[in-house]
Amino acid sequence: MRVAPERPSIDPAGIKVTGLWKIFGPRAERVLAGEDRNLDPEELRRRTGCTAAVRDVSFEVRPGEMFVVMGLSGSGKSTLVRCLTRLVEPTAGEISIGGEDVVRASPAQLRELRRHRVSMVFQHFGLLPHRRVIDNVAYGLEIQGKPKAARRERARQILALVGLDGHADSYPDQLSGGMQQRVGLARALAVDPEVMLFDEPFSALDPLIRRDMQAEVVRLHREVGKTMVFITHDLSEALKLGERIAIMRAGAIVQLGTPEELVGAPADDYVADFVRDVPRSEVLSLRWICRDPEPGESLEGPELPAHTVIKDAVPVAAASAQPIRVVDGEKLVGVVDRVDILGSLAPAPAVPEKAPA
Amino acid sequence: MSLQATAAPAAVRLPRWLVPAGVAALFVAAYLVFKGTGTLPHDKEAPQFLAITDLREWIDANRNSSPVFLYFVNYIRIYVGELYTALYVALTSLGWPGLIGVMGGLGWLAGGWRVGLAAVAGFGSFAVLGLWDESVLTLTLVVAAVLLSLLVGMPLGVWAGRSPRLRRLVTPALDVMQIMPTFAYLAPLVLFFQIGPIAGIVATMIYSIPPAIRITALAIEQVSPTAVEASASLGATRWQTLRKVYLPLGRSTMALAVNQTIMMALSMVVIAALIAAPGLGDIIIRGLSRAQVGIMLPAGIAIVVMAVVLDRITMAAARRGPHDRIGRARLLGAAAPAVLGLAGTAVLPAQYPEDWSVRFVTQVNEAVRWAETNWYPVTAFVKDVTSAVLLNPLEGLLTSAPWWLVAAAVLTVGWWAGGVRPALTALGCLLAIALLGVWEHAMSTLSMVLVAVVFTLAAGLLLGVAAARRPRFSAVQRPILDAAQTMPSFVYLLPALALFESTKFTAIFASVIYSIPPVVRLVEDGIRGVPETVVEAATAAGSTPRQLLWKVQLPMARRAIMLAANQGIVMTLAMVVIGGMVGAGALGYDVITGFSQRSDFGMGFAAGVATVLLGVMLDRITTARRSS
Repeated sequence: MRVAPERPSIDPAGIKVTGLWKIFGPRAERVLAGEDRNLDPEELRRRTGCTAAVRDVSFEVRPGEMFVVMGLSGSGKSTLVRCLTRLVEPTAGEISIGGEDVVRASPAQLRELRRHRVSMVFQHFGLLPHRRVIDNVAYGLEIQGKPKAARRERARQILALVGLDGHADSYPDQLSGGMQQRVGLARALAVDPEVMLFDEPFSALDPLIRRDMQAEVVRLHREVGKTMVFITHDLSEALKLGERIAIMRAGAIVQLGTPEELVGAPADDYVADFVRDVPRSEVLSLRWICRDPEPGESLEGPELPAHTVIKDAVPVAAASAQPIRVVDGEKLVGVVDRVDILGSLAPAPAVPEKAPA
Repeated sequence: MSLQATAAPAAVRLPRWLVPAGVAALFVAAYLVFKGTGTLPHDKEAPQFLAITDLREWIDANRNSSPVFLYFVNYIRIYVGELYTALYVALTSLGWPGLIGVMGGLGWLAGGWRVGLAAVAGFGSFAVLGLWDESVLTLTLVVAAVLLSLLVGMPLGVWAGRSPRLRRLVTPALDVMQIMPTFAYLAPLVLFFQIGPIAGIVATMIYSIPPAIRITALAIEQVSPTAVEASASLGATRWQTLRKVYLPLGRSTMALAVNQTIMMALSMVVIAALIAAPGLGDIIIRGLSRAQVGIMLPAGIAIVVMAVVLDRITMAAARRGPHDRIGRARLLGAAAPAVLGLAGTAVLPAQYPEDWSVRFVTQVNEAVRWAETNWYPVTAFVKDVTSAVLLNPLEGLLTSAPWWLVAAAVLTVGWWAGGVRPALTALGCLLAIALLGVWEHAMSTLSMVLVAVVFTLAAGLLLGVAAARRPRFSAVQRPILDAAQTMPSFVYLLPALALFESTKFTAIFASVIYSIPPVVRLVEDGIRGVPETVVEAATAAGSTPRQLLWKVQLPMARRAIMLAANQGIVMTLAMVVIGGMVGAGALGYDVITGFSQRSDFGMGFAAGVATVLLGVMLDRITTARRSS
């Protein structure tokens, strides 16, 4: 049920970030210019009193993509997302949103960008306690100078979209945490932006509500088709939502890839340690475990596409004694038998170097 | 600390008390040897005083020719004067029933019918006490000063709340303003604005501006940063964020700023009577100068009532939730007394009829006289014992010791208490006092402050600990403390004067009861602030209540207790100086003389500056520990 907006929805914009740095502290510029910038965080703070929150980060988000940035607290992910609209002023680097140069935008241009093209959802909601829900949702339109009737009308539509009909006249403190974040979501949606940024929006919610909200975001992404950048510290949330995931550590991106790539081929020990407890059979597809058929092996078994998740292949394998033929379109990629599938269900070795030779 | 550190490396470990005891012995010995030498006796004709008096003469002579006056000070005089007149005309044109009604309406609007009723009763009492005109004058001064304070203070506060740099710049200035005794503001203003209501308004404004700035800045700082960020992320301009996020979210704290500003102003406006500001303060001064409690009591009651009413109204406004709206019923309710009052103005006599008021000057004077005669044995005993045992020896000691010995003692105590910098600041203040030529009177004031502080801290600790340990006691005590803290300082002189006549002890008594409430409160909050888990752990280990208090609660509340001591000292000083009006003499009396006798202006001015220096000195010595 795609909501039909009165005007044609704006095409989602892509984001391109190149060589982004953010160093907090005095003389940040000098640190960046010198060799100090390569120091590890602890050492840098001790020597210069500066903190490098974002270090030489580059990535690209495709229009309409759901892009997740994941990292533990202090990894610089919240700073990164704030740099995108210069809520935090980046120290160096290039940012372009939908082709517009954000770093060199004038204050007025930046305001226009924030008003119409990019909106944000915050971890602690940031609602205004003295305004009713409807006026919170309409806040962005009010800032733009839209007349009251028009913005209320729009706010009502959006409230319906996020499932808050009937709460328009409540005050934020009369709503539960999950509902308050729906208001935050609606506020960000109300300005019909091309890009939505989410800064750990569900971390403050309890697990059941978090699951509902994640489903809500997935649904919204499908329905409104906006470019979304989603910050989280929760790996399962990242895997559930992200088309691609960037893992951050100490300000830098250590790996960027699809969930499958992260789980199947971690770039380093840090990522491997992270994804160790992820049930591989739920993330990896048959492509990751199939092998060339051995000579004389039967090729009469059932056929499954290569992107089938391992878990979904289990019933098929159980039903047939023949190895499963894994195909990509018409082409045979390999075969998978019951032993291969059972092997993939076992947990990954703890840390690669400790694995038996 | 440093003294002990130098002694520590000795091979035989000396007992910890040895060094302080040795230093003390050294001071005693020096005092005995040099007693009576190097004293700085008071001289009414000191050249410093004469120079300042001449300065005033010069300023008065050049008031209409110097550009500073022509283009700056005189304009302030004119505009403040116009504001004062306009407000006075506005308030009086409502008529007495009208003003009572309007205040009732405001109270109802802010806090419902109870507050409305309190406002009507309170303002009605001014008329009944026969003090209507004086009360309106005082109200005019307060409103004018508060308006100006907020006009300057709130924008500054908003700015300071958003700019840490400005914050760092104004905080030390506000700190000093807050410890300056009220008296100290008056003399410089007389220099620029002469005496009268305008100087009174400006003095009151300056005195009451710190909370306006400080609490507004706090209100702005407390605004949720996420809300501000969310607003910025939607492309709000700075002005939009200020208007739609900062101000609405800071509103109730800012109402508190208004409340505090009014309370400070009310306290100052009375004292401003010393520089001929009209109103209730004038009556109190008249009563004080004749030592007639009967004259002062109605005015004192009126001031307390005004403080309570204004406090209730503004606190009710501060307590409203972020999205409470004023309903139609309340609007109608609030309109009722206002309309009724204004209708009353049309019907009732313009002047509140003399025979509708209650006068009890003679009765009160008789009651006081009765108390004086019948309680004389008790009060005289208390007074004489304190004077003989504490006050006189201490004063004798401080005034007969050589100035350099006192300075060395202050330096040592300051160093021990906080380190080099506070010690040097304290020493600097003390030397400046000596240079001003008011050494002897400053020492006399200091001795009164020290005696009062001993009593204040003893009583404050006792009551504070009792309240922290017994919730029921606290429940009884809290409202009393609340009421005590809204009372202007002058009012405390009344009971002191009624009990002890005009003596030094009167000022000490007044300052003790004046400064006990904040001390009690800080001690109680400090002990209550000890984490529940720590208390629980100590109880589980089998501590008796006494052990719990001495080994856990008091040590952990040390910071709060130090702060209480600091507050107690600063407040005591402020009151001891005012006590100059009830026979305390010394600096306070010099200040008052300076206002009443043109030829003594210089001495009053120097004494006023000396009270500030004394305040800074005591404050530095007692706050030092907090930061380390």
